[in-house]
Amino acid sequence: MIRVNGLTKDYGSRRAVDQITFDAQQGEILGFLGPNGAGKTTTMRILTGYMPPTEGEATVAGYDVVEESIEVRRRVGYLPETVPLYTDMSVFEYLKFMGDLRRLPNVEDRVDEVLEQVGLAERADGTVHNLSKGMRQRVGLAQALLHRPEVLILDEPTIGLDPGQVVEVRKLIREIGKERTVLLSTHILSEAQNICDRVLIINKGRIVAEDTPENLQSRLLGAERVILRVRGETDDLPAVIEKVRGVQTVQSKEEGVVEFQFAPGQDIRPEVAKAVVGAGYDLLEMRPMGMSLEEIFLELTNTERGAK
Amino acid sequence: MKTVWTIAKREYNQYFNSPIAYVVMFMTLLVLGIIFAVVFRNSMDSAMFGGGFTPDNSPITGNLVFLMVFSAPALTMRLVSDELRMGTMELILTAPVRDWELIVGKWLGALLFILTLLALTLVYPLILNSQINNGLDWGQVLASYLGVLLVASAFLGLGVGISALFSNQAAAFFLSMGTFMFLWWLIGFPANLVQGGAEVFQYLDMQSHFYNTFNAGQIVLADVVYYLSLTALGLFVGTSAVEMRRWR
Repeated sequence: MIRVNGLTKDYGSRRAVDQITFDAQQGEILGFLGPNGAGKTTTMRILTGYMPPTEGEATVAGYDVVEESIEVRRRVGYLPETVPLYTDMSVFEYLKFMGDLRRLPNVEDRVDEVLEQVGLAERADGTVHNLSKGMRQRVGLAQALLHRPEVLILDEPTIGLDPGQVVEVRKLIREIGKERTVLLSTHILSEAQNICDRVLIINKGRIVAEDTPENLQSRLLGAERVILRVRGETDDLPAVIEKVRGVQTVQSKEEGVVEFQFAPGQDIRPEVAKAVVGAGYDLLEMRPMGMSLEEIFLELTNTERGAK
Repeated sequence: MKTVWTIAKREYNQYFNSPIAYVVMFMTLLVLGIIFAVVFRNSMDSAMFGGGFTPDNSPITGNLVFLMVFSAPALTMRLVSDELRMGTMELILTAPVRDWELIVGKWLGALLFILTLLALTLVYPLILNSQINNGLDWGQVLASYLGVLLVASAFLGLGVGISALFSNQAAAFFLSMGTFMFLWWLIGFPANLVQGGAEVFQYLDMQSHFYNTFNAGQIVLADVVYYLSLTALGLFVGTSAVEMRRWR
């Protein structure tokens, strides 16, 4: 659905996006992850036909974003980062105007439907001006969904929402992502982990990593870490664990807590548990300590920095 | 074309949500009302002393276009600037709207507002008509109103074009007003000073195309073409400005 090849964008002498290549399939939720100023918004603006790239090409739903911009725009729903809205219109008027621009049939019914979907039906007649940040965000989302686009491009869709709304919006995105292509950007890593099928980590205009959230974790870690907690003193517990086959390293943490690592793919947790209980310890807890996307992210962006 | 209409309709409705439209309407009708009263009074006075003249509607339309030098910039200044300032441009330009459709829609919305204003000023010729024995020369009224509409079209076209250059309304307002003053009064002056090429300045002078023909009850094709060309120029500048912003 989205195909991007060697996309580059310069603002004057500053290169905002540098030779980005990726694609996204139908029914896939692709996450754009990166610090502010990494080039996420610029890439999205190119894909929505807002601005042309300096170099490279991109197609959305088979249409070139420069040559067939209007066709692309018909098929894309876009929620810009700043959620621009006409503040002096009512929510309903605003959405009707956007629907008319897109020449939707039965606009008014469709607006009601979408307002229901984003949970704003009661505020339809209120002025946009009086809405909270979270509600504006939802109006923006409604606008993006209005024409049932094949591709949904969302720039920081959950920013400024309260936790309850964040959960709701994520649920909504996941639902939409079942049939359509969703490209969303975020700098909240747990969000990418939470909703995306695949994550692109982008830094300084380049893609530095691309994979599923799970694969990114294990690939970068090289080993799986487990935290183990027992009642009372740990004493010779590290020595006991070390003897189990496959254990790579053991480390004593605080009182009653030990962390050990083993090579990914060969799960030796049952053996470790047996050994610990066999040595007379009361095993309280054993849980995997995945490397969070935060750590992966810092690692990746740091290597970049180090390389320069 | 439907997209143009959608945008025009929104802009037209938007005018009635903002104080600017009411201020423009109020000031225009106030000034015209005073002028009307003075002209009306003068003709009555002179009629009492035997001589006298039959008043016509030309002072109304003549001053109406003059007022537009100031009111048109007020109506066009925010049309595109505001979209740039609020960021809603991103919304419009990622919807299936062509750049020219946006600009033409904005212009049409402003023109519809001016049409509403013109309709309100018809009250003066109607009063005149009822007070004059032989009635008004409606041909002259019609021609002058067509002239006013064409001048408005040119001003609004140029105004929209200038508005697309700035994200600041005040900048758009003053540059528009300056441009209109220049085209309306100043560009004709060199015609009296230079030997060769006087016709060029005369041709470019905006007011001569109105006062000498339309307001005297004549419709001359060359004048129609002149105002439509200015309109097209403004709309072209506006469309190019939007397009250039994308490439920046």
